[in-house]
Amino acid sequence: MRRIAADLKGRPGPLIEVLHAIQAQLGYVPPAAVPLVASELNLSRAEVHGVVSFYHYFRSTPPGAHTVSVCRAESCQAVGAEALADHARQRLGVDFHETTPDGRFSLEPVYCLGNCACSPAVMIDGRLHGRVTPERLDALLSDVGRKR
Amino acid sequence: MTFTVYVPRDAGALSLGAGEVAHEIAREAKARGLELQLIRNGSRGAYWLEPLVEVATARGRMAYGPVTAGDVPGLFEADFLSGGAHPLSLGLTDDIPWLATQQRLTFARVGVVDPASVADYVVHGGYQGLRRALAMSPEAVVETVLASGLRGRGGAAFPTGIKWKTVLEQPAGQKYITCNADEGDSGTFSDRMLMEGDPLSLIEGMTIAGLAVGATQGYIYLRAEYPHAHRALSVAIAAAYQARYLGADVMGSGKRFDLEIRLGAGAYICGEETSMLESLEGRRGEVRVRPPLPAIKGLFGRPTIVNNVITLASVPAILHRGAEHYAGFGLGKSRGTLPIQLAGNIKRGGLVERAFGLTLRELLYDYGGGSASGRPLRAVQVGGPLGAYIPASQFDTLVDYEALGAIGALLGHGGIVAFDDTVDMARMARYAMEFCAIESCGKCTPCRIGSTRGMEVIDRIIAGQERESNVRRLEELCELMVQGSLCGLGGMAPFPVQSALRHFRDDFTAGARP
Repeated sequence: MRRIAADLKGRPGPLIEVLHAIQAQLGYVPPAAVPLVASELNLSRAEVHGVVSFYHYFRSTPPGAHTVSVCRAESCQAVGAEALADHARQRLGVDFHETTPDGRFSLEPVYCLGNCACSPAVMIDGRLHGRVTPERLDALLSDVGRKR
Repeated sequence: MTFTVYVPRDAGALSLGAGEVAHEIAREAKARGLELQLIRNGSRGAYWLEPLVEVATARGRMAYGPVTAGDVPGLFEADFLSGGAHPLSLGLTDDIPWLATQQRLTFARVGVVDPASVADYVVHGGYQGLRRALAMSPEAVVETVLASGLRGRGGAAFPTGIKWKTVLEQPAGQKYITCNADEGDSGTFSDRMLMEGDPLSLIEGMTIAGLAVGATQGYIYLRAEYPHAHRALSVAIAAAYQARYLGADVMGSGKRFDLEIRLGAGAYICGEETSMLESLEGRRGEVRVRPPLPAIKGLFGRPTIVNNVITLASVPAILHRGAEHYAGFGLGKSRGTLPIQLAGNIKRGGLVERAFGLTLRELLYDYGGGSASGRPLRAVQVGGPLGAYIPASQFDTLVDYEALGAIGALLGHGGIVAFDDTVDMARMARYAMEFCAIESCGKCTPCRIGSTRGMEVIDRIIAGQERESNVRRLEELCELMVQGSLCGLGGMAPFPVQSALRHFRDDFTAGARP
């Protein structure tokens, strides 16, 4: 983590770049990263923590093996996103921002994936899916579950 | 002979299986010993036909769609590579009425070209605008943009030329061009489509802006939710450097322009320009108090242009064909064309670029084909989560800045989300407050606290507690947020609430709908 910070610190306004690089490598930004990054970038720990906690994308706990993001914005709501979200919660047995006890799935809300002409939208491990029904979500979850 | 086939790599098309279709076409061609050039284009924007597969024929490009991987062997049997007849055949792409009636200036190349190829871009008129701009004085370039009447397509609709002029007039020194690609409004996807389907037009637009105001560095602030756009832009920027359209010597002019992508991190507020600048500097995306304007004191305290993707991508065509050509489209103070996005509960959703002057009804029914569910449309939300809800009785309103403003609505980034008659507007109003509470940057009290209080009051109304006094309280709260918030998030989040109260009051007072 110190190396990532050292590599990027010459760039203008590097903190978010550094956090992206850490999360890309580890899947999250561990609390231990905060003082390391702060000292490397000559910032206060409060400044670094403030940024990590401000942005929804940065997480401080390890994600599950698969991340399922369900869009909850208006366009998706217009065609059943709330029912889809309920189904996802029920099927995975966790609420949003939680990870299944076996560590396989993290369920995250997202506010627009830009796939609004094909709502409702879901993103699983960076792959976008459109016109997702509860049945289709089940099939997609089984698919990634098998691949693990 | 080599056959040329187009299968979109647009995120929306991929979300419906375009990746599997492309894979299957390549596999089938190989098994049959056919030589294939498979081009991964952007989407034409007719999403109800995606995945839309096209083949190049002597008569022009022929379209088939929507294609699933399972359809592929049958398409080969029908000799689709030569435009053969098949139940999925849509004829010549250019003759599909939904596309043929559009007026595509900004989206002229999206879905047509190979987004990764500079050569293909140039064949389709790319870099003609930059060529013109290089032969003009900076003042003349800015004057052209001003004369075109182009207004910020991100939502604020501020005249682009005036912004550019302000930056040009600042003393020489480090200046920046920043592109706001934090397209967070639900119901909008035109930025994404353009960045995936024709990223070089954005790159060219930013380069022209740099030359016009004397800025040598550009940043694209791209939302993290758009990994496909990130890949397409990265490839296109590398290709533009390779072909010397970016870098130390743009098109042999001796002028420098460098361009870099910076990823956001899932904060809606960073679509607000000063918040975006904070984020670009690596800080929390809290809004700045204006003045000073970003054009005078922006990124790292330097004069900065902040423009939306569509605004910047419209510039090359304006420089290429002249300000009068662009201003010849549209009406009143809404000049040029507008890429409208049809979303939500709509049968034929997608991107419609037309000159200003269409009504909501024409868009929703002539293009959109009515609701996807087959039920009557009850309301639309125009302009994202901060835009007003418009009832069916006002569907004859023109979709332009002034006409929508006149009915208390706003055009914003041009997204239209349709709802059928099962929608509960009290719940949608609650969601507007909830969204504001989730996304508030926390800097000012009306937005930070008001949104949560708003949610609670609406909950009480829905539960039937002291309805009349709570509705009154909600109206007062909305007024306070509108008047007292620092930026558009808290200042506009009440718009959907107020419009829902105005047009759908029964939803608030008659108890929750089933």
